Amino acid sequence: MKIVGTRAPRAEGIEKLTGKAIYVDDLPLNDFLWGLTVRSTIPYGRIRSIGFDPSEDWSGVTIVTAKDVPGKNVVVLLEQDQPLLATERVMHQQEPIALLAHPDRERLWELAKKVKIDYEPWAPVLDIDASLAVAQKLFRDDNIFKSIGIDKGDVEAAFSRAARVVERTYETGLQEQAYIENQGMVATYDAAKKRLKVAGSMQCPYYVLKGLCPIVGLPPEQVEVEQAATGGAFGGKEDYPTILAAHAALLSMKSGKTVKMIYDRVEDLMATTKRHPCRTRIRTAHDADGRILALDIDATMDGGAYCTLSPVVLSRGTIHAGGPYNFENVRVRSRCVATNTPPNGAFRGFGAPQTIFAMERHMDVLASIFGEAPHRFREPYLLQAGQTTAFSQNVGEDVCIVEIQRQAVEETRFVERRRACEEFNRTSRWERRGIGLATFLHGAGFTGNGEVALDSKLKVDVTPDGIVQIFSANTEMGQGKDTTFGQIAAEAMDLPLSRVRVVTPNTQVVPNSGPTVASRTAMVVGYLVQQACKALRRSLEEHAGKTWKDEAEFASVAADYLRRRGLLEKWAQYQPPPGKVWDDKAYRGAAYGAYAWACYVAEVRVRLDTMEARVEAFDAFQEVGRVLNPVIAQGQIEGGVVQGLGYALQEEVKMRQGVMANANFTNYIIPTFADVPEVKVHFAERPYPFGPFGAKGIGELPMDGPGPAVANALSHALGVEVNRIPATPEHLMELLQGE
Amino acid sequence: MSDPAAETVIRCTINGRAHEHRCHPLASALDFLRYVVRLTGTKEGCKEGECGACAITLDGVVVNSCIVPAAHLQGRQVRTVEGLGADARFSALQQAFLDCGGAQCGICTPGMLVTGTALLEDGRPLTEQRIREYMAGNLCRCTGYGKIVEALLKAAEGGR
Amino acid sequence: MRTDLSAFRLERPRTLDEALATLASSKERLTLLAGGTDLYVYLNAGLARAGRWLDIWGLDELRGIRESGGYIVLGALTTYTDLQASELVCAVLPLLAQAAATVGAVAIQNRGTLGGNLVNGSPAGDSLPPLLAYDAELGLRSARGSRWVRLDGFYTGYRATVLAPDELVELIRIPRASAVAVTAGRYVKVGTRAAQAISKVVAAFALGRSAAGEIAHARVAFGSVAPTPIRLRALENHLLGRKLDDALVRSSADCLAAEIAPIDDIRSTARYRRFVSKNVWVRFLEECF
Repeated sequence: MKIVGTRAPRAEGIEKLTGKAIYVDDLPLNDFLWGLTVRSTIPYGRIRSIGFDPSEDWSGVTIVTAKDVPGKNVVVLLEQDQPLLATERVMHQQEPIALLAHPDRERLWELAKKVKIDYEPWAPVLDIDASLAVAQKLFRDDNIFKSIGIDKGDVEAAFSRAARVVERTYETGLQEQAYIENQGMVATYDAAKKRLKVAGSMQCPYYVLKGLCPIVGLPPEQVEVEQAATGGAFGGKEDYPTILAAHAALLSMKSGKTVKMIYDRVEDLMATTKRHPCRTRIRTAHDADGRILALDIDATMDGGAYCTLSPVVLSRGTIHAGGPYNFENVRVRSRCVATNTPPNGAFRGFGAPQTIFAMERHMDVLASIFGEAPHRFREPYLLQAGQTTAFSQNVGEDVCIVEIQRQAVEETRFVERRRACEEFNRTSRWERRGIGLATFLHGAGFTGNGEVALDSKLKVDVTPDGIVQIFSANTEMGQGKDTTFGQIAAEAMDLPLSRVRVVTPNTQVVPNSGPTVASRTAMVVGYLVQQACKALRRSLEEHAGKTWKDEAEFASVAADYLRRRGLLEKWAQYQPPPGKVWDDKAYRGAAYGAYAWACYVAEVRVRLDTMEARVEAFDAFQEVGRVLNPVIAQGQIEGGVVQGLGYALQEEVKMRQGVMANANFTNYIIPTFADVPEVKVHFAERPYPFGPFGAKGIGELPMDGPGPAVANALSHALGVEVNRIPATPEHLMELLQGE
Repeated sequence: MSDPAAETVIRCTINGRAHEHRCHPLASALDFLRYVVRLTGTKEGCKEGECGACAITLDGVVVNSCIVPAAHLQGRQVRTVEGLGADARFSALQQAFLDCGGAQCGICTPGMLVTGTALLEDGRPLTEQRIREYMAGNLCRCTGYGKIVEALLKAAEGGR
Repeated sequence: MRTDLSAFRLERPRTLDEALATLASSKERLTLLAGGTDLYVYLNAGLARAGRWLDIWGLDELRGIRESGGYIVLGALTTYTDLQASELVCAVLPLLAQAAATVGAVAIQNRGTLGGNLVNGSPAGDSLPPLLAYDAELGLRSARGSRWVRLDGFYTGYRATVLAPDELVELIRIPRASAVAVTAGRYVKVGTRAAQAISKVVAAFALGRSAAGEIAHARVAFGSVAPTPIRLRALENHLLGRKLDDALVRSSADCLAAEIAPIDDIRSTARYRRFVSKNVWVRFLEECF
């Protein structure tokens, strides 16, 4: 291959390196208003009235409340429980109640203070236990957005013959996506033409379109959604941009002007979605030799005040809970509950990091109890060809986790380093070292029949000057999709990269190739790029009666084709891989088209005087199908790992009365250059027949491993079970001292 | 910024060109550059000097423009990402970022390049350790920093 | 920013005398602006005090590091970068140089000033424990004249100082004798990350031993464990004249625990701050002697 697998430079690199890339806050606008959201300041209660301080001159201020919504006042996702603007009651702090627009951005903040909302406060439900106890009914009768069960074998029988049962509870906290570009949207409504255009920072233009139409009461043909350059997303710009787009749109419709809404960091942190906190209890049944007879998992996630995407997050978390193991008897029960906190949402990994943390910690706990090295204890259970996962999917030949873990153990000298850490710990007065690993899989693409339901479509065409254009709704948000799509197309067409253009996602221009989430873009949509380009190539070759020898010849063939026949475009549509069946009722079967396999190894050093932990070395052994571009693939893994290290050690959302109290970058601590080691990435390639040139999805994987690998290393270092992350110094102190 | 009486005239040189604009002297240098001068390469990330996305140099000194008053640009040589490289050619650091994958989403990139350029220009020998210390005020959520370290080392090598 | 600037005025005096005259004649309390690293955080958050602001950043009379009459004298506008670049500071006041290197990161160090850190008065101020440990005195200046006050006594409560409304901090001076008396010193900053951190606990330890091996000089200063940065006087007195042994390590740690009063806040817990304060002190004693 000439182009796939090479270090092709980032397609939009020049714009980004010269300051010319246009993000939403950079869009050139004339005669526009700034928009601002007035939000609730209590976690739960009735709105008695919304008042506007009469001492203020409100002329010249555009005001929108729920009364001004022309369509339905609802954010449509899986349920319709979330209003766009609160009316009678507020369900969480920072819930949008009213919208203001004014030409002077600074003045808006003063105006917002003069909107007086009178509440009757109710006792809020602020955690999982209060929700399960149904202290207040927030969602239906039981506060449960979704519950899921997985069963394999006979768990009860296995527990009844167990010589020993080991039970632990594992906890993971909220985590903020912390994209460096805050959320933002610009909306322009043309009343004469009844057309609305929104542009902004987003992952999923068609999600925004789908959400906007019922709110503004316009058909999709009259609504245009365009992605601006997007400064990081990580799931945080999957569903929330719909809300912001609708807010800006309503202000534009009412004022008749373009309205720009850009959150600042504090607002973004306080109001937008975060990773679901999760509490996972694992019980294992063991025979007299310590062998695992059965696995019983019970996981509860906190979804926040509205359902949003929680059922799907729970689904992925539940499916990944059993890890890359072949246990005979498995039971998983999981649920996602409602609380009076801002809704939690998508974040890289989407439920999987939480349950994988629990599983991989539990394996280390067991290894320690039964006196075996962590890798040795895991190995007999690792999936091999023809074996089945916890959700009864036969992995067939597409599995290599035994090899990956063996490679990781050998190449990191895991056993020797483990011994060296223990030796060090015997003599050091003030420091402890430890090393740990986590072994896991991650399914790429939508779960179960989700990809079929998405029914992604993609178009390519060729221009008269011989440029192949890719029309897809998938967004570039830093992950390198413009580059890898270009490489796939160039390879498929046998053309240089300069002959390929990736068109900016705009719902009036590109077909719906699905959302840019779930590690699906390179694998699922990239495959459509390859398929469409194959068809395009075939047409041109048939037209010319031969293949082109160089790009100049290609250009003349293309020009000739267009001259004689007019248009040349080719479409590709998602087809499920043959023989993969998922039973959504029983939660059994082929949950994902492909899995990528990984084993991550972390070494930590802990200062006993401060309990500050530092990750001194990190190795990611990562199977990826096929590396489309080593720089981009490494960048995905390295960056994801560092987010994972923050999740493991530093990133703690401190909630007070249902709102983030440390809502700034001074107090919500993400890793800096100085906090992290070089992340060493070791790729293995087992091509996937239904991915472009064999590639699998890898975007989320790196988020799964660091949490448990680091917690396992900390447990090794300190000789206590670190079963909760973030393992802040305060938490480690408490563990060591006993609560 | 709406009260003309409180405004002042800021005269400074930005990326080698003389500029003169009216602005409240306490507006942040970031807002001045982005919304008055309309140079939008410099980005807002946190507005509290914590993330470095807004880094610029004043007379060669790196500052976070979100916490510097516009008044302090008076008479200074200001450099932003738009002023890196020359004659539409990449600087060694920009090229190294492209080669090594130092930019992903790109929002921290202007600040990274400005701070990194100051680091390269200070002339002291570059080690990974020194890069990690010097650059620690520039947050990146995409790369995990490794590729930026690589780019800085590469640019430093090329420069000698 | 979240602040409507129409209620703000900035004045930019050209000389120190002009600044002092403005301060003297103003009926309202002026906000002094130097590098802006603290004030702009408030301004951007909509939490700054409106009214007249006086920009002293341009007053070069408030810059410079020199040695004079047995003192190291630092201008109030000395930045953290200036401190690290000064051979004098690095050689004679290493705890201060170390502190300077831990404040924020480069862009903050280029703008943050000692005077700003002092007047802002955050109990977490990184430069304050080393200045306390070196017996720093502050030269306060107004149109009425000058006076020296000891830093240990400058704060009257949480973010409150003895500074009169018409006064500013002009100079910081450290007796050379207080610096050279230190034979074992350590600066400790505990944040949650390696850089760009706000201290959960910050401390400077400066001990001097006599030829006979007794502790002849003792300064123990902490930040973030009380409403103001503090010196632990009882601990210092407990140490003086004694030789270091295991018993002294233990008893001094008890002294320390009795003298600090940390609280729970958004950055950490009182329990953790107690744990860390004691440990870093014990570790220092064990490793430095």
